[in-house]
Amino acid sequence: MIITQGLSKVFKIGKKQKQEFTAVSGLSLQVNEGEVFGFLGPNGAGKTTTVRMLTSLIQPSAGQASVNGFVVGRDDTQIRRTVGLLTESPGMYERLSAEKNLSIYAELYDVPDVNAAVNKYLVMLDLWERRFDPVGSFSKGMRQKLAVARALLHEPKVLFLDEPTTGLDPEAAKTVRDFISELKNEGRTIFMTTHNLDEAERLCDRVGIFKQSLLAVDTPEALRQRLYGRKVVFHLAALNPDWVSLVAAQPGVKAAEAVEDKLVVSLGEPERENPAIVRALVQAGADIRFIGELRHSLEQVYLEMLHSDTEGR
Amino acid sequence: MKHIRTIINKEWAEVFKNRTVLYTTMLLPLVFAVLPLIMLKSTAGSIPDMGDVATTGLPEGFLKSCAGLSGSDCLQAYLVSEFLFLFMIMPVIIPINIAAYSIVGEKTTRSLEPLLATPITTVELLAGKCFAAVLPAIGATYLSIGIFNLGLRLLNISPGVISYVNSPIWLLALFVLGPLLALISALFALFISSRVTDPRVAEQISSVVIVPVMGVMLAQMAGIVTLNMTMMLISIVVVSALAFAMLQLGNAVFERENILTRWK
Repeated sequence: MIITQGLSKVFKIGKKQKQEFTAVSGLSLQVNEGEVFGFLGPNGAGKTTTVRMLTSLIQPSAGQASVNGFVVGRDDTQIRRTVGLLTESPGMYERLSAEKNLSIYAELYDVPDVNAAVNKYLVMLDLWERRFDPVGSFSKGMRQKLAVARALLHEPKVLFLDEPTTGLDPEAAKTVRDFISELKNEGRTIFMTTHNLDEAERLCDRVGIFKQSLLAVDTPEALRQRLYGRKVVFHLAALNPDWVSLVAAQPGVKAAEAVEDKLVVSLGEPERENPAIVRALVQAGADIRFIGELRHSLEQVYLEMLHSDTEGR
Repeated sequence: MKHIRTIINKEWAEVFKNRTVLYTTMLLPLVFAVLPLIMLKSTAGSIPDMGDVATTGLPEGFLKSCAGLSGSDCLQAYLVSEFLFLFMIMPVIIPINIAAYSIVGEKTTRSLEPLLATPITTVELLAGKCFAAVLPAIGATYLSIGIFNLGLRLLNISPGVISYVNSPIWLLALFVLGPLLALISALFALFISSRVTDPRVAEQISSVVIVPVMGVMLAQMAGIVTLNMTMMLISIVVVSALAFAMLQLGNAVFERENILTRWK
């Protein structure tokens, strides 16, 4: 659905446009049909520039990209016709009503039945009662919902969502997130940039961590394992220091350490190796209160990768 | 064509919700129609019968336009001719009011990016925005001339003066020169609007386009140039060439990418 190969963007900056600024460097990526892909990175990482290139708003300096089978730089009008874009800022015509705003875009996207499409999304996003009100009187959440509706009017197969919940209150953010989930269930391909890592974890099938270039791309779980492996925490009534070496000697155990009354054990495949460890601990007289897998948050993974990248540079 | 119509409707829906722009567009035709009527009415009784046009002392170049008129009618026609430039200022001012805000306004409200993300082509976008500025200007000019013509009849102004106001020079000015001036004005304002970051700056810089029209008007008042058919044809040729150049320039310099990324 979305394929990039060595995609780069260099901007000329400075008063005489003689300096160069590389916003995106050698991005190679594939986003599959029906996938929700999270594009994560700090401010200024080049996420919006990437989205703009993939929606044919700006041209790449190098590399290739295709969306829906159309090539960026060659089939720009077709790309614009077949993708939906939720921009970072809703950018509505504030003096015009919600209905008028949507009608304008439905006409520009050549939607066959403008009224039906507009009404459908006004109802779906709970804006029907306010359809004749000027958008200037809308809350931020309502504007964002309207912007989501605008991006969907022409029923695009591929959606680009640039920071869809930034600046929204928790309730509005949840509404937008729930709607993205619905879109995911409809089988649309979604390319989403976000700072909200919890949101990315919940919504995205795969994430890419990006800072000018792609640092890592995989499912959140696979990234976690790649960085930290799998760890199981044994919560004990009391910890005997000898049990650390006892557990470390069990097959499949990569490392074991004591943390307060807990044993934190790195394992390759906990489902297979846990029973032997439990047996060994019980035989040694340990009272096991609880066993759980230590899950690093996506935020930890993200920060670790960005930190490693900064040190590497 | 459908996209152009959508952009025109969008621009009008937005622009005319701004009451300042709406009132300016509506007020100008009234003011510009009433001013010459007041002047004509106030001078009608005070001009003595001058007999032949040759005795009026008017510029030689203008006298050709007075064929068939009495001396006093010719003098009134000369006074009215100065107001023709006033009617030509209208197609210049109104497009600036509308088009100067057109692109930079979309930048400041952040609506430009979603708009450019639609399948609309650059030509369609520019044409839509241009027509949205030009058509009200032409409409306002015709409205003004309509009111002026009606006023001439209601005030019993001499038929000779009325026939002068409907002479080929005036018709060329209204149906050819005026629309061309409106086009240049709109294109210039759009060009400026796409280059600046502040709507006020766009309007101020765009206003420069009024200067040449004012210059010609003042030159005529000072007797440096005379409004006749030759001058009208020269003006049309020059303005057509300028309009063509502006059209080429507008399409060449409107780079979607630069407008989107280099405006902060």
